[in-house]
Amino acid sequence: MGSPNNLKYAATHEWCRAEGETAVVGISQHAVDLLHDLVYLDLPAPGTVVAAGKQFGEVESVKAVSELIAPVSGTVTERNEAVAAAPEKISADPYGAGWLIKVRVSNPAEVAGLLDAAAYDAQASGEH
Amino acid sequence: MPEPSIFEKSQRGQRGVTFPPSDVPSHGPVFPVNLLRSRPPRLPQVSEQGVVRHITILSKGNFSIDANFYPLGSCTMKHNPRINEQAAGRADFTEMHPYQFDEDCQGTLEILWRLQEMLKEITGLPAVSLQPAAGAHGELTALLVFAAYFRDRGEKRTKILIPDSAHGTNPASAHVAGFAAVEVKSNADGLVDLDDLRSKLDGSVAGMMLTNPNTLGLFETNVSEIAKMLHAVGAKLYIDGANLNAIMGVTRPGDWGADAMHVNAHKTLATPHGGGGPGAGPIGVAADLAPYLPLPVVEREGSGRFVLKASSEKSIGRVRGFAGQIGVLIRAYLYLRSLGPKGVRSAAENAVLNARYLQKACGDILESPYNGNTMHEFVLSARKLQAETGIRALDLAKRLIDHGLHPPTIYFPLVVEEALMIEPTETERRRTLDEFARVLGEIVAEARANPDRLREAPLSTPISRPDEVRAAREPDLRYRWPDGDQAAED
Repeated sequence: MGSPNNLKYAATHEWCRAEGETAVVGISQHAVDLLHDLVYLDLPAPGTVVAAGKQFGEVESVKAVSELIAPVSGTVTERNEAVAAAPEKISADPYGAGWLIKVRVSNPAEVAGLLDAAAYDAQASGEH
Repeated sequence: MPEPSIFEKSQRGQRGVTFPPSDVPSHGPVFPVNLLRSRPPRLPQVSEQGVVRHITILSKGNFSIDANFYPLGSCTMKHNPRINEQAAGRADFTEMHPYQFDEDCQGTLEILWRLQEMLKEITGLPAVSLQPAAGAHGELTALLVFAAYFRDRGEKRTKILIPDSAHGTNPASAHVAGFAAVEVKSNADGLVDLDDLRSKLDGSVAGMMLTNPNTLGLFETNVSEIAKMLHAVGAKLYIDGANLNAIMGVTRPGDWGADAMHVNAHKTLATPHGGGGPGAGPIGVAADLAPYLPLPVVEREGSGRFVLKASSEKSIGRVRGFAGQIGVLIRAYLYLRSLGPKGVRSAAENAVLNARYLQKACGDILESPYNGNTMHEFVLSARKLQAETGIRALDLAKRLIDHGLHPPTIYFPLVVEEALMIEPTETERRRTLDEFARVLGEIVAEARANPDRLREAPLSTPISRPDEVRAAREPDLRYRWPDGDQAAED
C-alpha cells in the first residue's frame, strides 16, 4: 500500500505528524479509498479538547457517515477551513493539503505509541 | 435523451382548463400580507395532453418489481399479490372517514383486531400496536415505550446498544428517543461479539437493538443468551424485524426472550413499497411493556363489539393520526389470511432456499466473506476484484441495470468492504436466479476484459451516473427560467 514513512497512524485510519508540540492530523489514502466521494466534513473549532481514541469529528461520503477518531489527546489549535468547505480536496492530497486539524499535544508519548507506516499498511490490507 | 422537464416543455398560452372569473366576493387575503408573494410564481404552461405524455414517458423509466428482478438486500422486494390490491381498493375501505363512529366500521375494526392477533402469534409477543407508519417509526415507538417504562420505575438509563452491522435507522431512532447509541462489535463469524457486549453492559443500558437474522443474512444463534445477559442488568431486547421474512412461522422473537420488535408490513407482508411509502411498522411488546403502548388500540369487548380504545393511564400517547396506515394494514391482513399458517412458514423457507441457492451460484464469481448459515439474504464482496481491476461494487451494480436487473444493495453492511447485499425473496423462480448469476459472471468477466466500459455503465438509461456529491452538497431544486424571470407571465 505504501503509506508515507514520515507519518504515524491509528488503526482507525487517521495519520498524525508531530511538529514540535503540535500534531497535524488527517486521514489516510486507504480511508479515502474506502469512503469514496466525500460530501461533508464536520471538524472541531479551535480550542476544542480532543482525547485519543475518542471521536473528534465526522466525515460523510456518498456511502456513509464515519467517525473521525483522534489519534492523540490535546487542544485543537487550527482546523483546515479549505477542506471543510470542499472535502474533495482530501481525496486529491490526503497527506498534504488535505490535513484536517492541528492539535497541541498534551501527552507526547501517545504519538510514539501510534503505528508506523509498515504496521498500518499490514493492518489495513488484512481488513475485510 | 432524457425527457425534458415540465418547465422546458412550457409554451405560453397552453393550458388544460380555463377558469371563469371568480363570482365569490373577496374578503381580502386569508394569510398575513407579509407572508404573501408579491407576484404569483411562474408555473409551466402545458396542455392536458402535454402533461399526460410527460408523465407517461417518465413512468416508462420506472424500474419496478412488476417488470424486473429486484434483489435489493434488506428491502424484501417480493411480489405483491393483486388480489390484496383489489380487496383493499374496495369503496367499503377507501371511502371510510377517519371520524366515523366505531359502530359504523365494525368490519374494518375486526380486520385490524384480527391482524393484531395474528401478529401476536407471529412475533410471540402478547401485545401489539398497529400505529407506527414505518419500520423506523416502529423502532422509535418501541424505544419511547422503553423510556416510559424506565421513567415509571424511577430508573435512569441512558444507553442503547447497537451492533456495528445494524441498519442506520437504529442509532437514529435511539438518538431521537433521547438515548446515546453505543456500538457493539461483530466477531469473525459476523455475529455479535458476546465479550464486547458483556464489557458494555451495566445499569445505564436501557436496551439493545438487534436485527435477527442480521444484515449479513446470518442468524444470531446466541440471541437467547444475549436476552439473558440484557435481562440480568434490567435492560430490554429490541428485535429489528427488518429480516422477519427469513423466520416468520418458523421461530418467534418472543420465545427468544425479546421484549419488543417491529414488523415491516410493507416488506414482509407483501404490501407495496419503494419510493417512500406508505408503509406500516406495527410493534409487538412483552406484557410488562403493554401498558405503555401508543393509542388507539383495537379491542374486542365481551359482547363481540370492536372499539378503538383511545385512553389509557400509562400510554405514551399518539404517534400517528387516527387509527394507523389502514390501507396497508388491510393488505397485510389479506396476505396472512391467503397464505395461512403453513403458507407463512413456507414463504420464509423458500426465501432462505432461494438466497442459499443464489449464494452458491455466485460463489465462484465474487468473494463471499461470510459463509455461515445464510438465511434470506447474503453479502458478496468486490474487494479482490477491485484490487485486481479497479472495478468497484458500484460499477458492477450500475452495469446490472443495462441487463434489466435492479442492482442489489451496495456498500452495506459497513462491516464488509465493497459489499453487494442480495435478497432474492421467495417469489422468484429458479430460472430468474440462474439468469442473475449468469449476468453477474458476465459483468465480472467484462471487468477484467474491458474495465473502462464498466466505469461508464449504465449505457442504456437516459441518465447514466448522477452527480451524487453535488446532489448532496448543493440540493438546489429550483428551476431557473432561461430568461431570468421567475414570476408569472400573465
